[in-house]
Amino acid sequence: MAKPTTVDPEVPQGQRPQRAEPSVAATAAAGSVGWVDDRVPVSSIARKGLRKAFPDHWSFLLGEIALYTFIILLLTGVFLTIWFKPSMAEVEYEGSYALMRGIPMSEAFASTLSISFDVRGGLLIRQIHHWAAMLFVAAMTAHMLRVFFTGAFRKPRELNWLIGVGLLSIGLVEGFAGYSLPDDLLSGTGLRFVDGLVRSIPIIGTWAEFFVFGGEFPGELVIPRLYMVHILLVPGILLALVSAHMALLVYHKHTHFPGPGRKQTNVVGQALFPVYMAKAGGFFFIVFGVTILMGALMQINPVWLYGPYNPAQVTAGSQPDWYMGFVEGAIRIIPNWETHILSTTWSWNIFLPGVGLMGLLFTGLALYPFIEAWITGDKAEHHILDRPRNAPNRTALGVAGMTAYGLFWLSGGNDILATQFGLSLNAITVFMRVAVFVGPVIAFIVTKRICLSLQRRDRERVLHGSSSGILVRRPDGGYTEAHAPITQAEAFTLTQHTELPALEVSETTDQHGVKRTGKRTSRLRARLSRWYAHGRVPKPTAQEIADAGHHGEDEADHAVEPAAGTGELTSSGEPASTH
Amino acid sequence: MRSLTSRRHHKAARLLLVAVALLVTGGIYAVVSPAASVAAPTPEETIARGKELFAVSCASCHGLNGEGLASQGAPSLVGVGAAAVDFQMRTGRMPMANPLVQAPGKTNPFTPEEIAAISLYVASLGDGPAIPDPDQYDPSGLSPEEVAVGGDLFRTNCSACHNFQGSGGALPNGKVAPPLLDAEPIDIHEAMRTGPGEMPVFADQAIPDKDVKAMIAYLDQVHAEPSAGLSLGGLGPVSEGFWAWVVGIGGLVLFAMWITKKAARR
Ligand code: HEC
Ligand code: HEC
Ligand code: HEM
Repeated sequence: MAKPTTVDPEVPQGQRPQRAEPSVAATAAAGSVGWVDDRVPVSSIARKGLRKAFPDHWSFLLGEIALYTFIILLLTGVFLTIWFKPSMAEVEYEGSYALMRGIPMSEAFASTLSISFDVRGGLLIRQIHHWAAMLFVAAMTAHMLRVFFTGAFRKPRELNWLIGVGLLSIGLVEGFAGYSLPDDLLSGTGLRFVDGLVRSIPIIGTWAEFFVFGGEFPGELVIPRLYMVHILLVPGILLALVSAHMALLVYHKHTHFPGPGRKQTNVVGQALFPVYMAKAGGFFFIVFGVTILMGALMQINPVWLYGPYNPAQVTAGSQPDWYMGFVEGAIRIIPNWETHILSTTWSWNIFLPGVGLMGLLFTGLALYPFIEAWITGDKAEHHILDRPRNAPNRTALGVAGMTAYGLFWLSGGNDILATQFGLSLNAITVFMRVAVFVGPVIAFIVTKRICLSLQRRDRERVLHGSSSGILVRRPDGGYTEAHAPITQAEAFTLTQHTELPALEVSETTDQHGVKRTGKRTSRLRARLSRWYAHGRVPKPTAQEIADAGHHGEDEADHAVEPAAGTGELTSSGEPASTH
Repeated sequence: MRSLTSRRHHKAARLLLVAVALLVTGGIYAVVSPAASVAAPTPEETIARGKELFAVSCASCHGLNGEGLASQGAPSLVGVGAAAVDFQMRTGRMPMANPLVQAPGKTNPFTPEEIAAISLYVASLGDGPAIPDPDQYDPSGLSPEEVAVGGDLFRTNCSACHNFQGSGGALPNGKVAPPLLDAEPIDIHEAMRTGPGEMPVFADQAIPDKDVKAMIAYLDQVHAEPSAGLSLGGLGPVSEGFWAWVVGIGGLVLFAMWITKKAARR
């Protein structure tokens, strides 16, 4: 067992590494390190950096998957730029893929075919690039869910949450731009879809279309423009945001799951050097390896089968990559609502699901930390994560959101569902129209109930220990089940969370009848706060635990007592037994 | 999957088909006449035999004279032509077991002669597309450019329902455009000329036989070519997204669990 390293609290602000007085050792080690060290105190920065603690939990690696796949994207993307021609000029195909011989197509598509069939390793790199793009967005999504459900977005990490929301939304743009570049049938169909979205913006839609496409769709400009967006603009923004994200991560330090020895003021985990370096480095190679294997073994985006974009063609199974699927789904199931006002057409059927839904998702995500803090009135810093059951409303809200997203997502593949599972397309549509509203409500109620049951079970465990499954016959003939006491460490983990009281409506006047000024708690806020706190199972008080130990003197094994050898709760040594 | 398909599209398979087709169109004669002394059935005799078979197997839905019975939802067969009957029966769609939304393709229990007889009978009810000759659908001997044009025609006319490589697709009201991986050249020709179910008719004037052959050749070759790794069903981005989550994220999470569990040895 590794010894978890406890990195001690340090005042984050301003405490610069001590200015190095040229020590004897430093001067003696007059090598290049010493030279640099005299100017920039690398060794003390490194010493601290190397001892940075990383909590050991798999869910902390989801963000790393995103980071590593981004690196893969940069590397493979540079390879692709060497041969890709971002031009919509028409050429006749003369490359080595026989089934396209002589077909007119854009230079962009022809160069994608040549990368696939004539450039050595080109197809492999294209497939790796595309799988990495899928994994990049997927890993960001999964990482975000982890952060959400554990409450890691709370103070002081709201800014990093916002950066994360930015990364996710811009990641979608990047992926979409890349998907459009090869100018194959699906690219063009996707662009046509976006063209529709742009045009559905009330009043200015048509102008916006001409602005984006440099004239009517498809025009000659959109691929060169998207190319610039895809390889320069957005990667640049992504890189900047990723750097800011990592910098804030280092500054705030990692959060950690609750447990003995885990405090708001420390981080329990493996030190960066050597253990975590090995683990993270190893994981980098694993991510790389898995992505390459996927690129080598699983076909993705076979553009030579789709053919060049031709506005007269559309194929069954025209879908965007998965991360745009929820918008596609919303568009597929919305009724055909349009209004005509004077000479303008208001295409609600496209505007609401397209622009509206994406706006709703990302605005909602961005605002959530602030809304929650406003409701709970929680102004404290949090470095210990919530166990999702201890924030039942948040958890239920998250699951409801996932349900809505998932249902929209499934609707985006309604035709595939229909053929693969022998269902009727119309029946799926009708079902989904209802389910996207009802499903999240059901998911909310069910999840909240599950959370509260889990809380109740935790309370039981703390008060009465874990059930041993051994039935004991008492002298008077009755039966009781022996309960094994849980360890002190577990008891700590189960009871460490704080229970914030609901906010009260502030009095409008103080005790002298003078109207209060300054911040007040409104009726709405108090009501929301009460709702948020309502129903939670109170954790046992110290008194209750003590009482539970006594209430049946004849059941000696009922009491909660420190397990042998655990000693003090906060002595960091023993890891909690609850993983 | 791939290797099976390619075997199905093996040259020998094609020859075999041509042989079968010849048998159907030209030669009930050889099989039906057990003795040389019995004269070959005249067309009239074949039609009469077809009418008998029709009365037994088809009339319950299509009416005794092929006029169609609204109560069964079965259309009139006047003018559908021999090709429609040949297609519907060879692919096992007709006779329908019970009027479902869409006749499922199943193995056909009829002999080629019986099908030929019924076809001839139905053709006698009114003019319609005839069963094509092999040289109308045999895709061999086309240049790569011609085959590529066939691909373009397929994407323009068929992919909206049958998907870009003929993996099939969904249509409204529980109907489906079936996958074309197993479709024989003659099936494709007949389906285009007769427009089964929801499928439109692609008549000779719209897509001449030459182009039909190119499309058949394209489908043959595209199904025979290797895919760049597992084809994941050839369904497009939905299955790709599914596998990205299952294999990619799923697999990496398992690795993440393993690597965080792993303790450092000191
Ligand atoms: C259970 C009722 C039923 C029976 C029995 C049946 N059919 Fe049909 N048939 C139908 C229905 C219903 C349709 C329309 C199906 C569709 O549109 O897909 C149809 C369609 C057809 C068509 C296509 C018509 C067109 O417009 O292209 C042909 C040809 C045909 N039947 C021939 C036959 C023959 C030959 C038999 C006997 C071997 C037969 N059917 C037996 C119900 C039946
Ligand atoms: C409007 C959608 C639609 C279009 C366009 C369409 N089909 Fe079909 N096709 C269908 C449907 C539906 C069926 C199944 C009919 C049935 O079973 O009653 C079908 C059946 C077929 C079959 C028979 C498959 C089998 O399993 O026996 C072939 C072959 C075929 N189509 C080829 C084509 C070709 C080639 C084109 C383009 C020229 C085309 N289709 C265009 C909808 C379409
Ligand atoms: C950062 C996240 C990135 C994402 C999500 C992403 C996504 C994509 C996608 C989905 C495609 C379509 C691929 C295909 O099927 O062929 C694509 C194509 C392409 N990408 Fe990226 N990419 C990213 C970064 C980059 C970078 C950094 C570069 C270059 C510096 C790049 C260069 C290219 C090129 C040239 C193509 C088109 C070539 C082709 O399809 O063959 N990408 N990208």
